Amino acid sequence: MDSPLLLPIARVQPENAQAKTLYFDHALHSQPGQFVMAWLPGIDQKPFSVAYDNGREFGFTVFPVGPLSQALVSLQPGDRVGITGPYGHPFSVKKDRHYITIGGGYGAGPLALLAERAAAAGAQVDFCLGAKTEGLLLFAQRVKTVPNLRVHIATDDGSLGRRGYVTEILEELLLETGAQTRLIAACGPELMEKKVLDLCNEHDVECEISLERYTKCGFGVCGQCCVDPLGIRMCVEGPVVDRETANRISEFGAYHRDKSGTKIRY
Amino acid sequence: MISATSFCGVEFGNPLILASGVWGSAASSLARAVENGAGGVTVKSLSLAPRAGHPNPTMVGTKTYFLNAVGLSNPGIEAGKEELRRYKELAAAPLIGSIFAGTADEFAQLAAAVSVSPIDLIELDLSCPNVGREFGEPFAYSAAAIGAITRQVKSATRVPVSVKLSPNAWNIAGLAAAAEAAGADAITAVNTVSGMAINVRARSPVLHNKQGGVSGPALFPLALKCVYDIYERVRIPIIGTGGVTTGEDALAMIMAGATLVGIGSAVYYRGAEVFKKIRAEMEGIMAEEGIKTLDEIRGAAHRACP
Ligand SMILES: Cc1cc2nc3c(=O)[nH]c(=O)nc-3n(C[C@H](O)[C@H](O)[C@H](O)COP(=O)(O)OP(=O)(O)OC[C@H]3O[C@@H](n4cnc5c(N)ncnc54)[C@H](O)[C@@H]3O)c2cc1C
Ligand SMILES: Cc1cc2nc3c(=O)[nH]c(=O)nc-3n(C[C@H](O)[C@H](O)[C@H](O)COP(=O)(O)O)c2cc1C
Repeated sequence: MDSPLLLPIARVQPENAQAKTLYFDHALHSQPGQFVMAWLPGIDQKPFSVAYDNGREFGFTVFPVGPLSQALVSLQPGDRVGITGPYGHPFSVKKDRHYITIGGGYGAGPLALLAERAAAAGAQVDFCLGAKTEGLLLFAQRVKTVPNLRVHIATDDGSLGRRGYVTEILEELLLETGAQTRLIAACGPELMEKKVLDLCNEHDVECEISLERYTKCGFGVCGQCCVDPLGIRMCVEGPVVDRETANRISEFGAYHRDKSGTKIRY
Repeated sequence: MISATSFCGVEFGNPLILASGVWGSAASSLARAVENGAGGVTVKSLSLAPRAGHPNPTMVGTKTYFLNAVGLSNPGIEAGKEELRRYKELAAAPLIGSIFAGTADEFAQLAAAVSVSPIDLIELDLSCPNVGREFGEPFAYSAAAIGAITRQVKSATRVPVSVKLSPNAWNIAGLAAAAEAAGADAITAVNTVSGMAINVRARSPVLHNKQGGVSGPALFPLALKCVYDIYERVRIPIIGTGGVTTGEDALAMIMAGATLVGIGSAVYYRGAEVFKKIRAEMEGIMAEEGIKTLDEIRGAAHRACP
């Protein structure tokens, strides 16, 4: 049934200067990279990537940017949110890989979950995190407790870690050895992701990228989130796509469609 | 077994076509339906100006019914024409251009505009139940409105025109006759039937628009009766749409009198490969029943013993 389940918020965790994670006591059974649709009656319903899921409790992290996201971050424990999902094609969790994850904005949420699951399976992880400034970094502390994981940070203003783009860290890591088992996983602003794809092509490394498109139903009916020229739906065949698929999506990094279907260039 | 079907002079590779609104208006998305076995596709209804549609939730899916109030979101006719042109580069199957407007003049204007695109048929969406606050009650409830719009559109285009009707109207066969009298080349029956879902714990309608249109399995017997009644009243061919989910449903639609069969919500129930699945099921039943062609069984239910 793809009809919202009204779940009370168990706790609200402020994460940085803006973002908050809403936690629910509910067995979601999600995989890293999947999303839920979150509904507040009378306001809107939109997709949010699952940032935390331990089998009994799950959470997603919200950056307040508009009506729905602002309303979500103002909620208190006990307030209810209509949840449907989990939806979408996830990142793969493989034990014999050396993961390099590249995250920006709320993209750090699904990647932190991926890092935890991959590390638990026995994989090694380099967790690269970028933000405009230190106060907007997400989950830099959380992932420090993950075994076999190194954190790398870049900020635009140099307030923490390297001054510059997080993709510059990837460039350096790609020059290190271990080429055969590397798996790059990216989730963040599209132009960052495009840079990741270009680098992975250049170095011929396997990668998986979470590509977001305006989503209406979330379960593959309306066609709103399909991408050119393949026509695949980012809510079903995506949001996570592999390198070969990403290379065949001609609109990746070039344009996306808004709520009406009008093309908007990046 | 299932071969090409001719409809208003257009050859469809098979009679199973994508209904308007499911999989949207992007060329790449429509072409993927053809890759998955659709004999033709219908674009989501295009209007003169771009429309954002209603806020979410716009869709609810349950085992027995699907409910939507998308609010006719579309990129508008200019961007839409670009998608229609692009579709023909990606796929060879016939393309039905669905259009939607608030007045007969606008319908004629849109029909003229869309006719320069490589479309094979125009479908007039007179029957969307989800934009009442903006446009008042659907034209498809009134024989006079159907007649006036059809006449004006027919004088604005040379592309064959199918009029899409609503199962909310009590006298759908009479309304189909009005469309035929005004020059319609075909009837599409049906659009969704008006409905609602309430989340009991939220004490609120689920759809942001409160009301929406019911499709999927719950709509099937209503749609079947509409097609049956229309077939008795008109000579023009029918696109039978509404709740068709299995090969058995599709064959029943054809026995009620449909020439083409529209598939929408079944994408939700059966996945992207729905067209291939329904076709295989139809062929299975046809083999068992010794049915050689669909022409042989079209309207067969009307010839059954009393
Ligand atoms: C698969 C998927 C996963 C998502 N996961 C998350 C998530 O984990 N956390 C999260 O906070 N959001 C996530 N989003 C975005 C989210 O669905 C909403 O689009 C976002 O919360 C804005 O909705 P709104 O109604 O509050 O604001 P809107 O009215 O939609 O947006 C207000 C303004 O902010 C801009 N804007 C929209 N989204 C963003 C953004 N993400 N960053 C910066 N500006 C933006 C818009 O262009 C607009 O100008 C995800 C989207 C997709 C498709
Ligand atoms: C999500 C969705 C959007 C729709 N949008 C349109 C539309 O834009 N124009 C139209 O004429 N019909 C639209 N319809 C109605 C379908 O074309 C079809 O007539 C109806 O859903 C019944 O068929 P089904 O049960 O196979 O889905 C839409 C239906 C759905 C489910």
